[in-house]
Amino acid sequence: MDYAATAQEAQARIAAAPDLDALEKLRVEFLGKQGSVSALLKTLGALSPEERQTVGPQIHALREGVTEALAIRKAALEQAELDARLAAEQVDLTLPAAQTPRGSIHPVSQVLDELAEIFADLGFSVATGPEIEDDWHNFTALNIPESHPARAMHDTFYFPDVDAEGRKMLLRTHTSPVQIRAMLQQGAPIRIIAPGRVYRSDSDATHTPMFHQVEGLVIDKGITLGHLKWTLETFLKAFFEREDIVLRLRPSYFPFTEPSVEVDVGFALVNGKRVLGGSGDAPGHGWMELLGSGMVGRKVIAAGGLDPDEWQGFAFGVGVDRLAMLKYGMDDLRAFFDGDARWLGHYGFSAFDVPTLSAGVGAGA
Amino acid sequence: MKFSLTWLGDHLDTDASVEQIAAKLNAIGLEVEGVEDAAAKLSGFTVAKVLTAERHPNADKLQVLSVDIGDGNPLQVVCGAPNARAGLVGVLGLPGAVVPAGGFELKKSAIRGVESNGMMCSTRELELGEDHDGIIELPADAPVGTPFAQYHGSDPVFDVAITPNRPDCMGVYGIARDLAAAGLGTLKPIAAQALPGSFACPMPIRTDDPAGCPAFFGRVIRGVKNGASPEWMQARLKSAGQRPISALVDITNYVMLAYGRPAHAYDLAKLSGAIFARRAQDGETCLALNGKEYTLDSAMTVIADDKGVHDIAGIMGGEHSGCSETTTDVLLEVAYFDPVRIGDTGRKLNLTSDARQRFERGVDPAFLDAGLELLTTLIVESCGGEPSEVIRAGEPPAGTKVVSYSPAMAETLGGVAIPDDQQRAILRALGFASDARWNVVVPSWRPDVDGAPDLVEEVVRIHGLDNVASVPLPRMDGVARPTATPAQKLERKVRRAAAARGLNEAVTWSFLPEAEAEHFAEGNGGLWVLENPISEDMKAMRPSLLPGLLSAAKRNLDRGASGLRLFELGRRYLRGDAGHSDERLTLGVVLAGEKTPRGWASGKAQSFDAFDAKGEALALLAEAGAPVDNLQVMGEAGPHFHPGQSGTLRLGPKVVLARFGMLHPATLKAFDVDGPVAAVELFLDAIPARKASGFARIAYAPPALQAVTRDFAFLVPVALPAGDLVRTVKGADKANVVSARLFDDFRGQGVPEGQKSLAVEVTLQPGDKSYDEAELKAIAERITTAAAKLGAVLRG
Repeated sequence: MDYAATAQEAQARIAAAPDLDALEKLRVEFLGKQGSVSALLKTLGALSPEERQTVGPQIHALREGVTEALAIRKAALEQAELDARLAAEQVDLTLPAAQTPRGSIHPVSQVLDELAEIFADLGFSVATGPEIEDDWHNFTALNIPESHPARAMHDTFYFPDVDAEGRKMLLRTHTSPVQIRAMLQQGAPIRIIAPGRVYRSDSDATHTPMFHQVEGLVIDKGITLGHLKWTLETFLKAFFEREDIVLRLRPSYFPFTEPSVEVDVGFALVNGKRVLGGSGDAPGHGWMELLGSGMVGRKVIAAGGLDPDEWQGFAFGVGVDRLAMLKYGMDDLRAFFDGDARWLGHYGFSAFDVPTLSAGVGAGA
Repeated sequence: MKFSLTWLGDHLDTDASVEQIAAKLNAIGLEVEGVEDAAAKLSGFTVAKVLTAERHPNADKLQVLSVDIGDGNPLQVVCGAPNARAGLVGVLGLPGAVVPAGGFELKKSAIRGVESNGMMCSTRELELGEDHDGIIELPADAPVGTPFAQYHGSDPVFDVAITPNRPDCMGVYGIARDLAAAGLGTLKPIAAQALPGSFACPMPIRTDDPAGCPAFFGRVIRGVKNGASPEWMQARLKSAGQRPISALVDITNYVMLAYGRPAHAYDLAKLSGAIFARRAQDGETCLALNGKEYTLDSAMTVIADDKGVHDIAGIMGGEHSGCSETTTDVLLEVAYFDPVRIGDTGRKLNLTSDARQRFERGVDPAFLDAGLELLTTLIVESCGGEPSEVIRAGEPPAGTKVVSYSPAMAETLGGVAIPDDQQRAILRALGFASDARWNVVVPSWRPDVDGAPDLVEEVVRIHGLDNVASVPLPRMDGVARPTATPAQKLERKVRRAAAARGLNEAVTWSFLPEAEAEHFAEGNGGLWVLENPISEDMKAMRPSLLPGLLSAAKRNLDRGASGLRLFELGRRYLRGDAGHSDERLTLGVVLAGEKTPRGWASGKAQSFDAFDAKGEALALLAEAGAPVDNLQVMGEAGPHFHPGQSGTLRLGPKVVLARFGMLHPATLKAFDVDGPVAAVELFLDAIPARKASGFARIAYAPPALQAVTRDFAFLVPVALPAGDLVRTVKGADKANVVSARLFDDFRGQGVPEGQKSLAVEVTLQPGDKSYDEAELKAIAERITTAAAKLGAVLRG
């Protein structure tokens, strides 16, 4: 028998197998239990050792050749099948993926987190108080007696209610009553900021009846205007992440501080927008009123339950919405409270823009 | 306060420039809100004489003028004014000048083919008046070629904001005193001369309300002629924004603005009997100079004669007894009123005036006689007449205080060391006398100063706040300590979790229309409703965060938004103890419109449903640290929710941590919102505080053996909440069942009427060794037995 010819013929048929089914049939035909090659192998047992010496290797070669040809063909057919399947599975990846909604943090919240971060580094904690206040905490304890002209200047929203002590209830006009509450609750020394909503019955292009303020209060021994100045400079430099912030202190009047100081900050006009930095007296610059502050009045310290001969300190207040606008470039305060999803998406912040000192508290545009 | 540079010069001898004065005013606490430099505004305008006026060759209404501006080179100017004529002296704007009205720059141009080198101006164009019928006509002897600003006497005007503690600076003189103390010149003495009366005052004057009006000084000047006030006075009043009226009125205004001393001049002929200060009677009325009638009450002080009220004391005079051009005899009133009374009366009447502003802040109680003398002198100078003797009814308060001061405080409070003698000099310049032991006598015009810190302020502001050096706050060793409270940390975490889940944070008003608030007020113990809201839309404090968010959602939908996921983290305002508020930290979520838009893969647009609300509620509660596995879904979300598609999440039967679901169609209708809206309200204040337990987690290692899952399908009554079944299954064998998850709720074919089929996938976690068949069977037995107690039957 011409084993080589048989092998050649078998390999040719295997290579021509059109699909895996046909290939399987050939495998059975050659190598199955009843297969022709299997049958040849079975004949070896009946041969003499000499015949086996010569025929054996030929039969084995035949089997190996067939086996190998089957494997090669199988791999080729499988590859072709996979290629065909993958070709059929092709999708148009220019089609849009499913959209996931993108949430956002309101600029006021973001800025409050930034302030908390900066002031925590200076040892300040965050204090809160009620927005529906009584007139003692909002005015009287802050040295604004009933008939004081400053009380009228506050455009106060009142409720018809009085509390159990007969104090008139109102919406706090500033965050300053938290000074009193904090002193009464915590005693001294004290370093707090008190952010939150405040209310004035005032509404025009630049004023809303509700806005946000942050109050700062330091009560300790030996605190002077110099500490106030440093604290405000340090805070503003950290908040705006600019070393060239220049402050101008102007004497002013608040009933609850003495001396009282209004703080202007220098800015440059860049493309019609105010950019903080530099002296307001430099060419192309100006001064902008930003903060009210001063040394806490003796009567206020006493109203906070502390001895004004022992303790003194400073307080300041600044508009949070205003800080947000200056830093992040919004120019319409009213939009802050409108809830327009387009505005929130544009000016809002990612949930992951958590202010940190190591990354800088601000979130880049 | 507005005043011109010239006016300031009446009281301050200074060479300082406008810029220097403005800078110094700011530096000492008199905030300059603006400097109107009329001279700058009028630069480029010149007094000019029309030499010839010819008809324009190409236009009927225009003339071609030859105009002399004093340099011998007449300019050709085209002009349309009807009064333009040869010989007229007027004002020419040269090319480059900016016309104040309109703000455009003049250019050399050709008008209908004729060159024009400028513009002859009307008063309106220069913002000097309303006249626009023709060009300005100056007197024939006006100096041709002189800059018009110089001719017109245009004077820079300072606009200074006076803080309420400084009534002394509500007169130009007081401002001059501050500037002089700050080294910007020398204060000129007040030139008041005493004019003795030549006859007894014919009108009795008294005060019947010594509390409201401690002092009422007055005198009559008879035989006056009330014409126009002098030009210099008119110029000063105009710089202050006041319209000159007549000499008598202008003089009282002038003394008020120059010295901070309000006064009133009555036409004596219109008074009868005596004039006196008294309390008003309840219901008594007064027609004030502003033409409005005010109804008074007995807490208010008035000036009256025997017939009735002539003046709301210290606030506004009456219409009937004011001076007019026919006035011949005038009664001057210079009084001291109690500041508190004036403020109360003004607030009650909602009436402000220059006089009220000064009286309620506290006028100088030692300046009554001087004021009266100044007024008399000016009236006699301008109107002639003969003054009577002065009647002084009552006595003003002394107004002097002594404050014990320590100059070291400039440094220990003000942060700047200032030599003692320098401090003394500053105080002296401001009118404060001090002895060797630093007992400081406060001048009568400074009612605001009553303690040593006030003196620190005086000294430091005049010395200059710029001289205060920054001093770092003492800092604790090491890294800054955490300061946030647990509540603050929770708030921050939940806010960012909500944003990370795709919700947009909004900040909405704390106040709502009362009806909207009422809609959500259920069970909150009554709304907080403002007495003086800015509008009806902002009247009641929100008892829930949902109405504000719902209104925001509506605005967005109205603007064409398709899907909205809004949240807000803020307070809702409830009633608390002892008449106080109870303000609770709350998170509201509103899901409106499309949850997913139509898509190539997802098909039609999908709306939000109650399970979206539930999902947000549970996810955010989990972030907030609430024990979400122990929460029960119960009812009673409130009447603003869909009764069949809403619920509460409770910890035990009473503690409600959240309410959620679809809003009630009636609520949506009330807010005019189309179509279903899902909402969540999380009561963050109700989440039980977690015990601080350090940082280490409870020890855990994943089990070595694989968990097994088994499915159970039960037939249960339709009314049985699926959650009850799941909870029962989960609790049936706590040693083995680690979770139970409902994956099918089927009713219909094959399920008997009144029943439903619920399928639960149960995960079993073997411990030391794998389950054998018997164990699995026993567990299944326990599960079906427990479920059977709910009426659940295992499906075959």
